[in-house]
Amino acid sequence: MAPELGIMIADTQSVGLVQPRTFTFAQDTPFPLESGAELGPITLAYETYGRLNAERSNALLIQHALSGGGHAAGYHTPDDAVPGWWDTCIGPGKAFDTNRFFVICSNVIGSCYGSTGPSSIDPATGRSYGLRFPVVTISDMVRAQVQLIDHLNIERLLAVAGGSMGGMQALEWAAHHPQRLRAALPIASTARHSPMLIAFSEVGRQAIYADPAWNGGDYYDQEHKPDAGLAVARMVGHITYLSEQSMQQKFGRRLRGREKYGYEFQTEFEIENYLKYNGNKFTQRFDANSYLYVTKALDYFDLASQHGSLPAAFAAATAIKFLVVSFTSDWLYPSHHSKELVSALTGAGCDATYLDIESSWGHDAFLLEVDTMTDLIGGFLNRLAENEGVRCPDAS
Amino acid sequence: MRPDLQVIANLITPRARVLDLGCGEGELLAYLAERKGVVGRGIELDETNMLTCVRRGLSVRQGNLEEGLADYPPASFDYVVLSQTLPFLDKPMFILDEMVRVGVHAIISFPNWGYWRCRLELLINGRIPQAPNLPQSWWQAPRWQALTITDFARLARRKHYRITRQVYLTNGRVSPIHKAKNLMATTAVLQLESEAAPETDKSEGEDEEIG
Repeated sequence: MAPELGIMIADTQSVGLVQPRTFTFAQDTPFPLESGAELGPITLAYETYGRLNAERSNALLIQHALSGGGHAAGYHTPDDAVPGWWDTCIGPGKAFDTNRFFVICSNVIGSCYGSTGPSSIDPATGRSYGLRFPVVTISDMVRAQVQLIDHLNIERLLAVAGGSMGGMQALEWAAHHPQRLRAALPIASTARHSPMLIAFSEVGRQAIYADPAWNGGDYYDQEHKPDAGLAVARMVGHITYLSEQSMQQKFGRRLRGREKYGYEFQTEFEIENYLKYNGNKFTQRFDANSYLYVTKALDYFDLASQHGSLPAAFAAATAIKFLVVSFTSDWLYPSHHSKELVSALTGAGCDATYLDIESSWGHDAFLLEVDTMTDLIGGFLNRLAENEGVRCPDAS
Repeated sequence: MRPDLQVIANLITPRARVLDLGCGEGELLAYLAERKGVVGRGIELDETNMLTCVRRGLSVRQGNLEEGLADYPPASFDYVVLSQTLPFLDKPMFILDEMVRVGVHAIISFPNWGYWRCRLELLINGRIPQAPNLPQSWWQAPRWQALTITDFARLARRKHYRITRQVYLTNGRVSPIHKAKNLMATTAVLQLESEAAPETDKSEGEDEEIG
């Protein structure tokens, strides 16, 4: 314990120990959802890093992807083996510089990292919601975040940023709450979930449905959870986050712990082992029903259909600066999705900067291309803060 | 700043809307934003250049010019700039048409292969001349199309582009004399409008005179 803490404190680029927080709303009046259903009370789990300045103008909202949560940076305890999911980009001197900015990250509703979701207790029954939890959308997730930002007494966010599903939320903020942010940074994302993406979501869901332990979503008080199904869903997901090139580089055709083929149905190839390991590891940290709900929210996301066209979706967002980022080897959210978005933003008269970062890491690149991201996002946010006259928090 | 960029910067009016095609490290746009309060946008292909532009606070899109320009409505900019890039375009005419569509004015600068040294290079040495101030051999990518001021003037007449302003440079210095410019100038800086644009006072004569 002591040496790890030592390492952590020695790392001047870490936010260090962080405190998870919660905010609960809609206790008296239920929160209306896009589907027409209602939900309440709603709890959001969130964390903050850095300090708010006196004008409350230096706040950044970071959005997580499908399997992420509010723990984006730092450590909960000195014993934590790994820091928050975007620790490489959030901290002093990093892309989202906590010396300058107050960084907020909250877990989306429907997820399972402390925010209200299908594994939460339904106050009406005293049992977990399971499939009685209403289907939520990206719009619902963002409207819940608006409640949190109100609660934090922040009139306008300097920027909203996220990768993958996080980028969709950033776009949702820009399209539907344009007066609440100065800049949006959708990274490796899309303005409309493509049929291919829906297809991969559905394979994951079918794997969960097919697990007998899933039991129609009622498994919380049972001995077994649908771990096998969830693991397969995660394995499919992992394939889509890589690229052929990155798989070739990381695993090739190498065998695991053996020289020759065994001519048997065991885990033989390194890539098989990698998928199996990550699938199983995922079941220890994620809830199968949340996987269903969050993928469903992704599938419904289509800003164009809501407004008739994509440029129309951003008609009210012309005062927002956009930084759109894609990665050349990302075939899940391919560059042409981001280009289509940039075309729409341009057509709408928005101020959009776009970069297609050269990378072989596939969709995961948004977590791995740290140097380029630090340069790009850090440079963008510093100039934005300068132009907006945003002051650093006091040193006191 | 590169001499032709300085000439271009001088042509652009304060607080204009400017689109710089192939903006590189954003030198012109940064200068215009700082000195003339210009609202600038850029299109650039190179990632390292892009990152420099972002650090400078410029709005730049990565992409090639062929696909990038279509998104802008007509006359969305006061000026669309194409500096020293014309000889490297796959579809120069398409880009020029798009420039005068998207911009009220188009400003181009290009190296003049009509310069007397270029002529002598072919005549005396029998070699394809490198562009003046653009030391690149014929086999190197990106490939270039050699053109002269006279060539461009003929295209402008054919396409009914009106040349409203013209500045000629010889080895980085603005040349006050326009006579024999195709022989004496190393770089041309021309401001164009499409014929449909409102006429400015001295465009007609110069259109004939050029070349």
